[in-house]
Amino acid sequence: MSTTLPPQPGGDTDVAAPVPVVRDTGGTSLWKDAFRRLRKNPQAIAGAVIVGLFLLVAVLAPVLARYGGEELPGRTYITPTHIPGFGVVEGFPLGLDRFGGDLLSKLIWGAQASLVIGVMSTAIGLAGGMLLGIIAGGIGGKVDNVIMRAVDILLSVPNLLLAVSIAAILGQGAFAVMIAIGVAQVPIFARLLRSSMISQRSAEYMLAAQTLGLSRGAIIMNHQLPNSLGPVIVQATLTLATAVIDAAALSFLGLGGGRPQTAEWGRMLTYAQAELGIAPQLAFLPGLCIAITALGFTLLGESLREALDPKTRSK
Amino acid sequence: MLRVIGKRIALLIPTLIGLSLLLFLWVRSLPGGPATALLGDRATPDAVARINELYGFDRPLIEQYFVYMGKLLQGDFGTSILTGRPVLEEFGTRFPATLELTIVALIFAVGIGIPLGYQAAKNYGKWPDHSSVVLSLIGITVPVFFLAFILKWLFAIKLPWFPTDGRQNPRIDATHVTDFYVLDGILTREWDAAWDAFMHLVLPGIALGTIPLAIIVRITRASVLEVQNADYVRTARAKGLQEKTIRNRFVLRNAMLPVTTTIGLQLGLLVSGAVLTETVFAFSGIGRFLRDAIFNLDYPVLQGFIIFIAVIYSLINLLVDVSYSVIDPRVRV
Repeated sequence: MSTTLPPQPGGDTDVAAPVPVVRDTGGTSLWKDAFRRLRKNPQAIAGAVIVGLFLLVAVLAPVLARYGGEELPGRTYITPTHIPGFGVVEGFPLGLDRFGGDLLSKLIWGAQASLVIGVMSTAIGLAGGMLLGIIAGGIGGKVDNVIMRAVDILLSVPNLLLAVSIAAILGQGAFAVMIAIGVAQVPIFARLLRSSMISQRSAEYMLAAQTLGLSRGAIIMNHQLPNSLGPVIVQATLTLATAVIDAAALSFLGLGGGRPQTAEWGRMLTYAQAELGIAPQLAFLPGLCIAITALGFTLLGESLREALDPKTRSK
Repeated sequence: MLRVIGKRIALLIPTLIGLSLLLFLWVRSLPGGPATALLGDRATPDAVARINELYGFDRPLIEQYFVYMGKLLQGDFGTSILTGRPVLEEFGTRFPATLELTIVALIFAVGIGIPLGYQAAKNYGKWPDHSSVVLSLIGITVPVFFLAFILKWLFAIKLPWFPTDGRQNPRIDATHVTDFYVLDGILTREWDAAWDAFMHLVLPGIALGTIPLAIIVRITRASVLEVQNADYVRTARAKGLQEKTIRNRFVLRNAMLPVTTTIGLQLGLLVSGAVLTETVFAFSGIGRFLRDAIFNLDYPVLQGFIIFIAVIYSLINLLVDVSYSVIDPRVRV
């Protein structure tokens, strides 16, 4: 079975677009050039600002948050039918949640939880996927075939379900969620890097390196791989967005482990469900945080893709 | 053509065997082994030993695998721990609900996505283009369950236009023939039942369809942008063909190729999304059943479901490839 990946915009093979020749003028590298164009792209700047803010909040959470992630300072203000909202009780600017936790503090701690899960799971997916991709794309032949069939099998299971199945083995908890989301990304990275590496195979520099008598390993690691990394890095940025959303989805489904009041955006949504009628902000604010964070990484990733695309490079 | 399809189906077999092997090993690696997973809290050493003997978990792994495969091939997906009923039967009663929801979501996504993407490309660089790009970006990044919350709060709680949850008002005495509630209502001419079931589908359908919608808008836009300046479109225009003919026969037809792939690929997304959407709207389809299965580690259900989805997913992929040759005669599968 072949799982077809969606064609990239502009990647339609029907139109015989002339392949633009990118001349290395010696001065600017691909990455320098991409960075220069990123700085001029408003979409990239918006993404960078959002991501920067998110990172700042996540890292400075211990300073910014007034209460701990699981602290319940406002327990006394909560009744079954009443949950104080914005500015109702002094000291709790965004109000309280069902358990009596400070919503603002919990949102801040939630950023940290999301960052850790997002970065770790992306790193796991990237590491695993790159290893498989390098082996498949670098060695080729039978090895490639076996690996890609295995990747096909994994790709035939929807991503979130794959993560759920892995989390089921590992048990509940943040650690399991991280690994589950990360492993679920492995096939995507593997496939991407492999096809990118294969497209480099016939490049002239590869022939040159072979002619120079470099060893196979050296060619793969020093020449083929660095030239194939572009799409993988773009995908990694986009995966950070998916990882934040998927992590929230898994803990929304109850796989996050920990205690009900743990400060995590997805879990906050789970417990907001019953209160939607009387305290919609409990659902909206964490949801908004997830959406904005994901938006930031997506904007950044897409601008990066544009900046690295040779078709638009000369601009 | 038929031979190619046959070959593709044959290629599916190793994938499915691989998947079944993976799932088999998955269950064996569940914490405490399959017997503990089956028994849950009731796992006393005695009970575990009994279950092991009953299900043959104490036999060699290879033997177990063949027994398991034999059962799978006979359509025996095991019994749900949660309900005690055969997994396949559980799917049978719930699948129509999810299919109904998925169809509504797809109609919403395709029906709005393609025209919107086309208009965006037509007005490239102007406000319809910019707004559709921004909207589709937002659509991609908003989590399904969050969107479901917003829709539910706004259009079911604040403005009581739509029901908050369920598939049909239990007070309606509806006859169910096919378990597709809207279809049932139409078949039995119980118009109020059909309408009520449809109203229950609107909000979950929109929530589920938004991400596919956003993706379809972007792909359609990119694809139309690429095609609309092609030489043959210029020629068609120069021949003085009507704008409508140019749009339908030249631009859209050629631009639809990547869009078709994308629509096919949305299935996986829709299934994962259905789990979340059905949870928010208490919609008793496969998604919600799956969520309960996840919560209770009802592994026969999870196992059966993953195989089920993988088969459908692969078949849809095949269908997408075949539909290429219908849209574009140049492509031979």
